[in-house]
Amino acid sequence: MSTVTAEPALPETESNYLANGYSLWSWLTTTDHKRIAILYAVTITAFFFIGGAAATLMRLELISPTPLIMGAETYNKLFTAHGVIMVWFFLIPSIPATLGNFLIPMMVGAKDVALPRVNLLSWYTFILGGAFVIVALISGGIDTGWTFYIPLSTRYSETQVVYGVIGVFVTGFSSILTGLNFIVTVHRLRAPGLTWFKLPLFVWAIYATSIILVLATPVLAMTLVLLAVQRVFGLGIFDAALGGDPVLFQHMFWFYSHPAVYIMVLPAMGVASEVITCFARKPVFGYRTMAYAIAAIAAFGFMVWGHHMFVAGQSLYASLVFSFLSYVVAIPSAIKVFNWTATLYKGSITFEAPMLYALGFVGLFLIGGLTGLYLASLALDANLSDTYFVVAHFHYIMVGGSVMAYFAGIHFWWPKITGRMYPESWSRLAAIVIFIGFNLTFFPQFILGLEGMPRRYFEYAPQFQFLNILSSAGASILAAGYVLPVLYLTWSIRHGSRAGGNPWGAKGLEWQTRSPPPVENFDVPPKIPQRPYDYDPQAEEAQRQ
Amino acid sequence: MSANAELAGRRANDSESEVGLWVFLASEVMFFGLLFYGYTITRMAHPQAFAIASAHTDVLLGSINALVIFTSSLTVALAARSLRIGAQRASVWLLAATLALGVLFLAIKCYEYYSDIDKHLVPWGDFALHGPLAGGERMFFFMYFVMTGAHAIHLTVGLGLLAFMLAGVARGVYTQKNSEAVELTALYWAVVDTVWIFLYPVLYLVHRS
Repeated sequence: MSTVTAEPALPETESNYLANGYSLWSWLTTTDHKRIAILYAVTITAFFFIGGAAATLMRLELISPTPLIMGAETYNKLFTAHGVIMVWFFLIPSIPATLGNFLIPMMVGAKDVALPRVNLLSWYTFILGGAFVIVALISGGIDTGWTFYIPLSTRYSETQVVYGVIGVFVTGFSSILTGLNFIVTVHRLRAPGLTWFKLPLFVWAIYATSIILVLATPVLAMTLVLLAVQRVFGLGIFDAALGGDPVLFQHMFWFYSHPAVYIMVLPAMGVASEVITCFARKPVFGYRTMAYAIAAIAAFGFMVWGHHMFVAGQSLYASLVFSFLSYVVAIPSAIKVFNWTATLYKGSITFEAPMLYALGFVGLFLIGGLTGLYLASLALDANLSDTYFVVAHFHYIMVGGSVMAYFAGIHFWWPKITGRMYPESWSRLAAIVIFIGFNLTFFPQFILGLEGMPRRYFEYAPQFQFLNILSSAGASILAAGYVLPVLYLTWSIRHGSRAGGNPWGAKGLEWQTRSPPPVENFDVPPKIPQRPYDYDPQAEEAQRQ
Repeated sequence: MSANAELAGRRANDSESEVGLWVFLASEVMFFGLLFYGYTITRMAHPQAFAIASAHTDVLLGSINALVIFTSSLTVALAARSLRIGAQRASVWLLAATLALGVLFLAIKCYEYYSDIDKHLVPWGDFALHGPLAGGERMFFFMYFVMTGAHAIHLTVGLGLLAFMLAGVARGVYTQKNSEAVELTALYWAVVDTVWIFLYPVLYLVHRS
């Protein structure tokens, strides 16, 4: 493992996708899925730090139970900016649009995605949507929270709701186009002999995610149109003054926004499966079950949105059904955790940085998932709804889960993407700092929630101060942890050691080609393995002794 | 290579766009589905108001438009088929007919909007209908404008595509061997028509059963 320096160095001039034009124009007009992946990566990194800056300011304010550096209105705008940017401009595109774009065609043995120009269009659509949101922020911000609940967003808010809504609406089309492209790519461009049950689980995960993107995003888009029309013209079907139904908006919103959680976490599960199997040198335990579990999560994910509305005035019988179905989703999710654990069992495990991130993902996802079961219980949710318990729960899924897995994936495929190794000790350090910082930030919030501190308040009772200070301290560690990879990964682009085609000895098709890959991905058609993840831990152990 | 094998090869290569369009149409169904869901929930809460308000729509113009757009479905299907079998001139005429029918639909719809405004049926203005059910009636017309508006936007996009295809077929860019773009346009147009099949009864025929 990681005998990277021993690899013969490739000549600098050998043609690859990065050497295929150096001008800005060559990047902005590219239809190469690998370059579009990098365009996305750069863009979402910028959004990640804008959203992160908002969170930093919030944690700074929350050090004190009384106003410290801002007013209540500013605080509302900060958590809205944080939510809108992190959800739609970082988490949703994160793994699919970067790693997915880069890897899906290579994993299925294709030259590019099925519709390369549509792929570029998707990025420009994303930029356009992002521009609207940036305009909304610059021209005063939005104070409704990322959920845009009615009637606050239609009647009472005096902020730039319409710009924000247009931004999210437009970005939705970039999601749809990306999802569409992956669906067609997986259906039509698989190399001969690469059947569905030979596909890596990452492809399964992105495929399932794409289905959600294509079927759920239009619902959000149209819901936001109804919201915007009602806001601009002063009445609509959500208007209680006419006998309309504000709760209807919540149904429509969560019909998208709950499946959106699976848009964020299914790709993360895909990354974890690739990384854990590689560094355990063992085939994924229960490959077919894993694939079916992905499909089940995607399918059931569409039927649980009502658990966001237990205290919103929906019918009790509806709540009972939604509660039950939410427990059902836990089954395939748990199967995945068991199978990752079983994959480790009797593996030949090494702890390179991607593995540290991936193991962090499994642990944090487990906590996030189990606390989700608390919230799915009607009686408990009545008490925990809208408290910091909820905030902690979904940050364990989205940050502890998705962001950790995103970092695992970035490190794992960094040698493939750039042709260079990242610095191993720095990366391990960052993984550990992020893990510690994350837990210190969000674990106290579970306790705050149990003790009754409501979310989205900028002043709080004095007895909550100690845990809030802990949380803010954790946030500063977490922030340092997030800056580290930006520094050392940037450094490694020029100064990292040469990676070679397959530094991990991994089994996916993408490792059969050079790093960085040639423009058309493969110099010779890749060999399709008899089964996926054909690792042999015994041989690995024997070799090591 | 026989002509058949060549055709099969072309289909296999080109069908990425076709699969892509079908996936896109699935997302379109969800897009309009949300509107029909909003309509249904609101109508269930206000059945009488919806019946009364629906009577104020112009059923004659709505019905004429239904005829116009269903006919255009036929012409566009024939246009795509004609190109496939090599009847290029027929295809040009049929595309032109589809385009004309689409423009006619939009013109009638615009006139209808104009008279709706004239009759004060715009829900967010000085609304013509008063009385205890006025809230539900306003919400009916809210959905009427949003749903027909969303449909009209799709139809306008379709008209642009049709014009592009018409020019392409006339200049020989799209031919018997390169007909997929025309076929996909026809598919999209068929979905726009299909939406009207559902819009027409729920907006114009509520109390007229």
